[in-house]
Amino acid sequence: MPLANARARVPELLTVAHDPIADHAWLDRLALGCNRYTPLVALDAPDGLILDIAGAEHLFGDEAGLVADAEMRLARLGMSVRHAFGPTADAARALARYQTRPAPDEAAAVRRLPVAALELAPEATTALVRAGLKSIGDLAGRPMANIAARFGGDATTALRRILGDAPSPLDPRIALPPIAVERRFAEPLGSTAHATKVLAELAAEAIEELGERGKGGRHFRATFFRSDGLARSIDVETGHPTRDAGLVMRLFAERMDSLTDPLDPGFGFDMIRFAVPRLDPLGATQLKLEGGEVRKSIEDGAMNELVDRMTTRLGRRRVQRLRAEDTHIPEQAQLALPAITAPPPMPWPAPEPGEPPARPFHLFDPPQPIEVIAEVPDGPPHRFRWRRAMHAVRRYEGPERIAAEWWRRRDNAGLTRDYYRVEDAQGRRFWLFRHGLYDEKPDPRWYIHGLFA
Amino acid sequence: MRESSPSLAGLRKRVARLAASGGPASLPAEARLTSGHAGFDAALGGGLAKGKTHEFFAADALDATSAAAFAALLALRSDAHAPLIWLRTADAARRIGHIYAPGIAELGGSPDRLLIVEVPDAKMLLACANDAARCTGSAAVIVESWGRFPLLDLTAGRRLALGARDAGTTLLMLRLNALPAPSIAETRWSVAAAPSRALAADAPGAPAFDLELLRWRAGPAGGRWRLDWKHDEHAFGEPALSRAVLPLPARRAARPHGAAAA
Repeated sequence: MPLANARARVPELLTVAHDPIADHAWLDRLALGCNRYTPLVALDAPDGLILDIAGAEHLFGDEAGLVADAEMRLARLGMSVRHAFGPTADAARALARYQTRPAPDEAAAVRRLPVAALELAPEATTALVRAGLKSIGDLAGRPMANIAARFGGDATTALRRILGDAPSPLDPRIALPPIAVERRFAEPLGSTAHATKVLAELAAEAIEELGERGKGGRHFRATFFRSDGLARSIDVETGHPTRDAGLVMRLFAERMDSLTDPLDPGFGFDMIRFAVPRLDPLGATQLKLEGGEVRKSIEDGAMNELVDRMTTRLGRRRVQRLRAEDTHIPEQAQLALPAITAPPPMPWPAPEPGEPPARPFHLFDPPQPIEVIAEVPDGPPHRFRWRRAMHAVRRYEGPERIAAEWWRRRDNAGLTRDYYRVEDAQGRRFWLFRHGLYDEKPDPRWYIHGLFA
Repeated sequence: MRESSPSLAGLRKRVARLAASGGPASLPAEARLTSGHAGFDAALGGGLAKGKTHEFFAADALDATSAAAFAALLALRSDAHAPLIWLRTADAARRIGHIYAPGIAELGGSPDRLLIVEVPDAKMLLACANDAARCTGSAAVIVESWGRFPLLDLTAGRRLALGARDAGTTLLMLRLNALPAPSIAETRWSVAAAPSRALAADAPGAPAFDLELLRWRAGPAGGRWRLDWKHDEHAFGEPALSRAVLPLPARRAARPHGAAAA
């Protein structure tokens, strides 16, 4: 029905534009909230969640208790929920979405599902129904080879998964962390300060476990579950494995201070989980006999902590180390990588002895267009205008010809660049290039790519 | 003997701190950033003092690269492995470009020592500069700012300098497109690009810098130098004289004065 017709029938109709991205983000938030029931929660986009509750339901009494709790919290958020239990993820999903008639047990319920639950192409479903195979049970009685021959391999795979004959692995939204400790509260905590204190206790517990395993954490995650069913995760990372609870809590404090939307307790937190998703081996540190560590390691420690703190405050893309890349294209010859992941350094090209630097100190990426007057069309620049100022070229060197990387591109496209190192009357040195040769392009443009010291 | 009152202990600590921060003569020779140019270093009593704040003003917006390179080369000459922390705002890349590691390698520096921190705004720049200054183990901390920096007043500058002194960090304040303002920096420099010595076929030569000492807390200001960077020797040096020898204004003023006295 067109919207205009609907409006004509119900004048007070409220309409909202469909926003799939916001829907997905909301589903994601719900999934994080459902992490309180089990660490293994998978998204079933666009509107489903699959929880692996094996071994977790006793925390809520039984399966029914868990479902009652989940439905209560989701109803408070304005969600209406259909749920089902199944021996495998696919079976549970099919039951939740397609079950229409009650059944004595799960196996019987699966067999009574309509063939639409296989979610095959519409023609295949219609063909199955026309063949008189209306339910999964009907189909399961047939030889698999015949089904595969007529409806394709997908049909048998889907059938075997629903029946539990083939594994239906879950792709959890958050991988199961190696170490996680949590605390539940009978009365929700109303203040962030109190929650931070509990977090510090949890961190100490987790770090004790790290010590027992001889590991250090590289990534720590605190998840605050609110009593209304939503949750908030806060992550910090360190550049080197650590077992220093004080450092980790300082990083969390730094992160919480720099959040654009602060941690909101709402009606209170009723559960806090502290997880260490990434571990690296870390041996015990030996102090020197006369006390204190070697000075070098203290200084390294201070520098590592500075990197961690700045990364936590600014984000990992903002604290960078530069790494050499093996390419001739100037703007791709360096890669700015997050310092916290500490890439192994690659050797840089060695300077030519006795020659002035051939590469600039500052590089514009993208290059900035300039207007150039050259004496001959494919000659060196004579004068150029950059940022509304005219520069007369006194000295130049070039061209250094850099071709596009034709071996990486299928169409052999890309223009050759002619680079000139020029110096103006005031002694400023620029790196200019003409983008394209005259036989490649009728009127090649000039750009400034860098500034020399 | 136990201290009878906490105030006495506090006074003792203060006296110790005052004694530690004596004049320039109290600094050992290795606690200085040297340029490698004998005349320049001698005029400054051995070089730029470490653990202090030094300001580098670009003489013009177009001299920003020269000022940045001069500060970076001074820092990269020292302490073969200590990292150089470079704080800059996120819009600096658009204004004067990204720091280009192959270019630094061509100048003889080691780009692996660079730790570049891009901050969103001036407020965060100051906060991160405070943290970096208090961190031991860096060769130097370069704080690059563009235009006026009203947040960096005398109080903020003093806080930075105290942090740097306690940790022994050398702070190099790179002030681009800005005019000198009162500060507590140990030295203040104006850096400009100088015409290089031409190579064969009139090609531009090694990087050359025009330096002017605008202010020096421990001595007379007003010195001018023209230095070349010689990446083979990993040092600054006298520009090799070729055809056009331009005597520098400051020296020209000094020579007739000396002649008249004689």
